[in-house]
Amino acid sequence: MRPFAYETAADVASASRFGREAGQGQTDAPTQFLAGGTTLIDLMKLDVLRPQRLVDINPLVARHSEIEVGPDGLRIGALAKMSAVAAHPEVLATYPALAQSLQLAASPQLRNMATLGGNVLQRTRCTYYRDPSWTACNKRQPGSGCAALEGVNRNHAVLGVDENCIAQYPGDLGVALIALGAEVELGGAAGARRIPFAELHRPAGKPHVETTLKSGELITAFRVPAGPWTRRSLYLKVRDRASYEFAIASAAVALDMDGEVVRQARIGLGGLAYRPWRAEAAEASLKGKPLTEETAEAAAREALSGAITHGHNAYKPELGRRTMVRALLAAKTMEA
Amino acid sequence: MADDASWFGVPTPRIDGVAKVTGAARYGSDEPIAHPAFAYLVTSSISRGRIADMKLERAREVPGVLDILHHGNVGSQAKPPPSMTGDKATNTLETDRIEHDGQIIAVVVAETFEAAREAAHKVQVDYAVELPSASFDSSGVTAEPKKQKENPKVGDAASALAGAEVKIDAHYSTPTQHHNPIELFTTTCIWDGPKLTIYEPSQFMWGLKAAVAKQLDMDPANIRTVSRFVGGAFGSRGGTTSRTAWIAIAARRLGRPVKLVATRSQGFTIATYRAETRQHVQLAASRDGKLVALSHEGWEVTSRPSGYNVGGVDTTARMYACPNIATAVNVVHADRNTPGFMRAPAETPYMFALESGMDELAYALNMDPVALRLVNDTQTDPVSGLPFSSRSLTACYDQAAERFGWSRRDHKPGSMRDGDWLIGWGCATACYPTNIAPCAIRLSVTPDGRATVQMAAHEIGTGAYTTIGLTVARALGLKLNDVVVMLGDSDLPPVPVAGGSNNTASTLNVAAKACEQVRDRLAAAAVADHESVFTGADPKGLRLSDGMLVGDNRHEPLAKALGRVTGGALEIHAENVPEGLPPTAIGSLYKGTATMLRGGSRKDVTTYAFGAHFVEVRVNSRTREIRTPRVVSAFAAGNIVNPTTAHSQFMGGVIWGLSSALHEATEVDPKTARYVNNNLADYMVPVNADVPEIDIIMVPEKDERVNPLGVKGIGEIGIVGMNAAVANAVFHATGKRVRDLPIRIEKLI
Repeated sequence: MRPFAYETAADVASASRFGREAGQGQTDAPTQFLAGGTTLIDLMKLDVLRPQRLVDINPLVARHSEIEVGPDGLRIGALAKMSAVAAHPEVLATYPALAQSLQLAASPQLRNMATLGGNVLQRTRCTYYRDPSWTACNKRQPGSGCAALEGVNRNHAVLGVDENCIAQYPGDLGVALIALGAEVELGGAAGARRIPFAELHRPAGKPHVETTLKSGELITAFRVPAGPWTRRSLYLKVRDRASYEFAIASAAVALDMDGEVVRQARIGLGGLAYRPWRAEAAEASLKGKPLTEETAEAAAREALSGAITHGHNAYKPELGRRTMVRALLAAKTMEA
Repeated sequence: MADDASWFGVPTPRIDGVAKVTGAARYGSDEPIAHPAFAYLVTSSISRGRIADMKLERAREVPGVLDILHHGNVGSQAKPPPSMTGDKATNTLETDRIEHDGQIIAVVVAETFEAAREAAHKVQVDYAVELPSASFDSSGVTAEPKKQKENPKVGDAASALAGAEVKIDAHYSTPTQHHNPIELFTTTCIWDGPKLTIYEPSQFMWGLKAAVAKQLDMDPANIRTVSRFVGGAFGSRGGTTSRTAWIAIAARRLGRPVKLVATRSQGFTIATYRAETRQHVQLAASRDGKLVALSHEGWEVTSRPSGYNVGGVDTTARMYACPNIATAVNVVHADRNTPGFMRAPAETPYMFALESGMDELAYALNMDPVALRLVNDTQTDPVSGLPFSSRSLTACYDQAAERFGWSRRDHKPGSMRDGDWLIGWGCATACYPTNIAPCAIRLSVTPDGRATVQMAAHEIGTGAYTTIGLTVARALGLKLNDVVVMLGDSDLPPVPVAGGSNNTASTLNVAAKACEQVRDRLAAAAVADHESVFTGADPKGLRLSDGMLVGDNRHEPLAKALGRVTGGALEIHAENVPEGLPPTAIGSLYKGTATMLRGGSRKDVTTYAFGAHFVEVRVNSRTREIRTPRVVSAFAAGNIVNPTTAHSQFMGGVIWGLSSALHEATEVDPKTARYVNNNLADYMVPVNADVPEIDIIMVPEKDERVNPLGVKGIGEIGIVGMNAAVANAVFHATGKRVRDLPIRIEKLI
C-alpha cells in the first residue's frame, strides 16, 4: 500500500468535487471513493490500485441508504448495506431474485460492510489482474496484453469478451439488476441523471475503463421497476463450494406466465460474462411459448451461442446452458 | 507400566484451550519484543533466469527504510539451509540465479511494516529471463527414476498381470497443493552478543537450531529457538527455510531485533508444498476377488536441484495380501520450488490411486467394494512377510459400514437418487505407518505434589500439552492440574521433528520412562527405610496413585516418599531410544537429526494404523455441483490417549480429505511456471457449509508390540483414502470415473 490523502465528503456535491478531475470509470483513477472498502482496500494492499486520494463517502449513508418499496417498484440508496437489503421483508417477498443474489454473495462479514453501489462496481477476480507481478494485463496497464488468454482461465468469461480481456464480471447483484431492468441514479457536478443499469458497464474494448460514469459521478440509488415477473423470480448460483465463492455460472430469472405459456421472461447471466449480461435473444425465444425442458434448452442455446472459450473455461458454455435451464424450470414452479 | 486402561481413554479438554481462545497463547510473532524493525520480502516474478539489475533508489527513499539485503551485499554471509532429505536446496540471496517463482531476492527492513511493504513494492528488478518449465508436460523438464531406496517388489507382477482373470489398468493424477497454515510464515530474530534467539513456528526446534548454526557458521549452543504454539504446520515447518538466516543477518546488521511476517502469497514459494503426481496402477484378481498382482508406479514433480519425492508405494504395496507386487517411483525436475512434507505426504496421493483402483476392480469383478477389501485383508505384511503388530482393518470396515447403513446401497452406478440430486456412496481404506523416534525429557517432582515436564516438543494444534500432561499425571498419580507442561523451547531437552505422526508415541513413551524412574527412586528408598510402612516390601509392587505411594495394602503420601530422596525437588532427565534403533540415534537428535523407526522398516513387526471411510455424495443432475452430506470413518490406532483431541485430529483429517477430493489445487501458469491462485480467496478449501455430518468411530485396539504404551500416531491417518472414497462415491452417483483430482463440475459435465 502506498501513502494517500484521505478526505471525507459531507454530501454528493462535495464528493463529486473531489472526484471530478480524474476519469472515474477508469480502474486506476487517482481519486477513488471509499464506501464499504471491501474491494478497494484489498486492491490497495496488493499494490494493484494506487490512488493518491480516497474520498470517504460514508458520511452520506444517512441520506442514501433507504430502502423504499412502492407500487412503481423498488428504490434503494447506493449506500445501503448488502445485508440490510437481503433481509428486507418486502424485497424478500416481492423481489426474491434480488434478495437471493445478495444472500448468496460473499460472507456475512463482507455483506455487513459492503454497499450496493460499491458492489456493482466490484472489480474482477482475475488472478492476473489482482497481482501486479504479472506484467501482461490490459486492465491494469493498457496495451500490456492479457496473461489469462493462455494462462489459467477456468473462471474466466466466455460472453462479451475480446482478445484484450477475458476477465469475468464477478458480482451477483448486477445479474439480478440487469434481469429486472433496473435503473441507476447518478449524482455529480453536472447534476443528477438516471441511466439503465445495462448501460453502466462498458462492453469489451478498453478493459481499463469499466463503466460509463463521468468524472466525479457517484451512484446514489438503484430503481427496480415493479412488474408481474418480480415475484416469480430467482437467482441460481453454481459454484464448487457450498458458500463463499464467486459464481462459475449463475442465472437470475424472472417470469411472467399465463398458465404454461411465457408472457415475458427476463434472464440475467453471471459468472460467464465480461459484464452483467442480459440474455435478450433467449428471452425473445421464450415469449409466447410454453415453458418446457425443450423450450428452455433452446433459449439456453441461444443465450450461449456467442460464447468464446480459451481452454480451461471450455466447459462454461455447457454449464451456462444447464444453469439457465435449471433456473427457468425452477422459477416456473414458483407461485406468482 | 500401570494398567493402561486407567491411563488412557478419558476425554479431556485441552489444558491450553483457554489460553488459545482468549489470545493468551503466544505464537511466534506474538512474542513481545522491544523496539523491533520490520522486514518485508522481495520475491522473484520469474521462474528461471538471473537478476540483471536491481534498482533500489526509489525503495530507499521511502521514509523509515533502514536496510535492504540482497545478493550484492549479504549473499555470501549464509549458506542455503540443509534439507531434511539431504538434497540440495534452491538458492535465495546466495546467487543472482532464479530457480523458481517467488524466490527470495531481497529483504527490506524498515521502522514499520507498512514502510517495508511500500519500499518492497518499489524495488525494480530487471531480469534476464530464460524459458521455464512448469510441470510434467512442459518442454525442458528432466525425469529420473528414484534412486534412494529399493521399491517394494514381490514375485513376478508382470506375468501375473498377463495371465489374470480380471484386471484393471488405470492412470491417476493429483494436483499441487499448499499447506496454508493460518499462522503465516514468521521469523523474529534477536541478538544478545554472540547469542541468537529465533521465534518462529517450527515442527522441529532442535533441527531449526542446528540448521541455522550450519548456515551462519555458529556454535549451535549460541542459538535458541522458541515456538510455544504453532498455528498449523502440516509438514511445512519441519524443515528449515531460507528466510530464517536472512532475518538473523538483518538483525545483526542493524543491531536491533527484526520481525518478519511473510504474506500469504509468499508462503506459497518460500516454504514447501505437495507436488503434483501422476500414477499408473494395475491390479489383477481371481474371480473370487483375491488379488494376484499389484503394480504401482508414480511420477512426482520436484525442483531442479532436489530429488525430493514422497514415494508412496512403500505403503500401497503393504495394503492387501498379494503375491506379486511391482513398484516404481520417478521424479521430474522443473523450474519450481522444492516440495516437501504435507500431511500424509506419501499416502494422500498414492492411496488415492490405489483405493480408486480397488473400486474399479470391485466393479470389474461385480463385487461389493467393502467385500473386496475384506477378502484381501491380511495380518502379514505382504512385502516383508513380517506380522503386523496389530491390524484391525476388518473391524473398521464392519463398524463404519454398519453405522453408515452400507447394506442399503444399490451397487449399480446412477441407481440412487433424491429428486434432482444423484446420490453416490463410496468407501476407501485409510492407513498410516506408526513411527517412533528417540526423545528426551526433564521431569521434576516437588513435595507439594506437583510435577513439571520440560521438553522441546511441538504444539502444532494436535493437543501435545494435554497428552503429555495426562501421561505424567497418570503415571505419577497426580491430578492433571498439578502437572506443569513446558514445551516449545530449544533450551529444553530435544524432541524429534513433529512429522510422520511420531510425536505422541515418541514424547509419551519417554515421559512414561521418566515417571518410572521417579517411581523407582521413591520405591527403592521406601523399602530400604526401616521406619517406613514399606520396609522390606518388593519395590516393584509399589506404584504412585492419588498423591500416594501405594502397594501391598499400605500407602503413604507422596511428600513423605519424596522426602526420603530429597528435601527439595527430584529431577529426572530421561532419554528413550526405541528398540530397533542404534544407540547413537539419541546423539544425532542432540545434533538436530531425527532418526525415525518407521512402520515399514522394523525387523520384528510392521506397524501401521488402519481405518475405513464411508461417504455420501450428492451431485446435481443438471449443473453437477458435488456436495457431501455425511461421512462415517472408523479408525483403529492402538490406545487413544485423549479421545477429545483424537476426535479433532481424525475429523480434521477427514475434512482435509474432502478438500483434497473436491477443492484444493494450486494452479501453475503453464507458460511462466508461476503459481496463480496463491491466496485463500482463490485457493479453495472447504468452508463450514461444505463440512458435513462427520461421524468418527474409534475402534478399540490393544497393541503390545508397537511400543511400550501401545499408542499409534493419528495426526495424518484421517486424510488418507478420503479423496478416493469421494471419487468412488462420485462414480457410484454418476457412472463417471474421475481419476484426476480435484473433482470439479467441469469433469462431470
